[in-house]
Amino acid sequence: MWRAELGLLLRRVRIKALLGVLALVPIGVAVAVRVAGGGPDPGSGPRFLDQVSRNGVFAGLAALTVTVPFFLPLAVAVVAGDAVAGEANLGTLRYLLVRPYGRTRLLVAKGMAVIIFCLLAGLVVAVAGVLAGVALFPIGPVTTLSGTTLSLTAGIVRILGASLVVGASLLGLAAIGIFISTLTDAPVGAMAATAGVAVLSGVLDAVPPLHALHPWLLTHWWLSFGDLLRAPVLWTDILRNLGLQVVYIAVFASAAWARFSTKDVLA
Amino acid sequence: MTATATEPEMPLQDAPADLAIATKGLTKRLSGVAVVDGLDLAVPRGSVFGFLGPNGSGKTTTIRMLLGLIAPSAGEVRLLGQRLPSGGSAVLPDVGALVEGPAFYPWLSGRDNLARYDRVGRDSRRADRGARVDSALERVGLSAAAGKRYRAYSLGMRQRLGLAAALLRPRRLFVLDEPTNGMDPQGTREIRHLIRDLAAEGGTVFLSSHLLGEIEQVCTHAAIINLGRLLTQGPLHELQALGPVRLRVETDDVVGAAAVLQRLGLLDVAQRDGSVLAGLDGRVPEDVCRALVLDGIGVREFVQERPSLEDAFVSLTGEGFDVAR
Repeated sequence: MWRAELGLLLRRVRIKALLGVLALVPIGVAVAVRVAGGGPDPGSGPRFLDQVSRNGVFAGLAALTVTVPFFLPLAVAVVAGDAVAGEANLGTLRYLLVRPYGRTRLLVAKGMAVIIFCLLAGLVVAVAGVLAGVALFPIGPVTTLSGTTLSLTAGIVRILGASLVVGASLLGLAAIGIFISTLTDAPVGAMAATAGVAVLSGVLDAVPPLHALHPWLLTHWWLSFGDLLRAPVLWTDILRNLGLQVVYIAVFASAAWARFSTKDVLA
Repeated sequence: MTATATEPEMPLQDAPADLAIATKGLTKRLSGVAVVDGLDLAVPRGSVFGFLGPNGSGKTTTIRMLLGLIAPSAGEVRLLGQRLPSGGSAVLPDVGALVEGPAFYPWLSGRDNLARYDRVGRDSRRADRGARVDSALERVGLSAAAGKRYRAYSLGMRQRLGLAAALLRPRRLFVLDEPTNGMDPQGTREIRHLIRDLAAEGGTVFLSSHLLGEIEQVCTHAAIINLGRLLTQGPLHELQALGPVRLRVETDDVVGAAAVLQRLGLLDVAQRDGSVLAGLDGRVPEDVCRALVLDGIGVREFVQERPSLEDAFVSLTGEGFDVAR
């Protein structure tokens, strides 16, 4: 069933444009580095950006670093916030339900489609970054953050793995977005509220006195994907990130189900 | 509005098995107000049942409860013998619905929209989906526009596509909320034919409308609601008999004729465009006609007008058939 939902999603001009913009950001970053005649000084600027001019494939990682705080959560907010509220707003929700499309079934199918979108969004950013880097810069074996060297193929596999970790770390936000989407018939409101949650989490994460709260914030471990580029891979933070996302998913998916399964559909 | 029941009579029986739709004490309160209040509907199988009420009288809220979209505050709904909303997954595949106007995805074509609705059901087989969709489109006259995006459809075309969605598979019950909304007279006629065909094929059609004339032309039965309460229901001719029988006399001496009718004690005597109207109020029309002629009034036309549903509504509520709230 989720394939029907994913198909419906990917046929929308809005979603194609969203993925297009996600692909343009890393291309823009790579072009900027090329035009500037080199990245920032080693150790400064967004993580991995200083490596791009020496090894193009790092553009994929730099792209993930650049899009994780803003572009990716925004894209997820648009898709997740629209999941139920969008159908309600079009009025198609009432026809889906009398078809009948069981409420739980519909929610699960929407959730699956959003999950795949999250993973796809991360992949699009990484792949566009790697391709742009390959086109504009020399490439070669990948030097890890620990100083060891990986073959080019192994490096690219790690980068694609990092993009999937990024996609998975967006799932907590996606669950929150779907929950908000069951509360309203106004998709724009649900999208804005979801994006607001991501921003709020980022802001709280930047307030030092709240450090006790930080490990529980949705966005706190989002940059942990870089640990995949260590030798050996440093799993601690990556697993904390994924574990935290599972908690968020469990809480908000349950809330979404509780709300939607009893909701009066008046739209 | 002269009305005649053109459809064969359907016996109204009390056993729930013979009812396509049965509600008992159906009530919905929204923010403290009872939008639907203790509704007991009995829709016989095989009937074309008109669900009548002014705008805002609770028709759409009732339909939403019938289809399990909203939960009743009190009372129960049975659709083809199954309780809603719990039995929805069993019975809803047999129900074709048009609720509060059509709704589709603007970025998909008419054909793709129908395929989408078809696909999400558990009973959908992929092999004959295309054939189902095409035959539904043909039935509502949309074949030529099937590939156009819904965005580009006119209001009438959208309404037709909504009906096509209800026709995607053989159904035992159709719940159609204002199906001719936004249609031109030709489209309205076609829909009327379609409704008659659906009934002739053995289906039950539950048709809501605020247009009384539309109901009178196709329905065998009707219910009238106002402010969320059932005023009356039953075979159409019984409802029409609730209204007053009126007399229309066409004559060259309007003033004289009016005087005679007034003398005879007829109700609401009124003059209009060369004719006189009056409520017969139980008097024998032959006597009235004789009195006119004996008084030397030249009678061109003498018509006993059958009461319309609107007359019935007015006599039940004492108000005009207008927006209720």
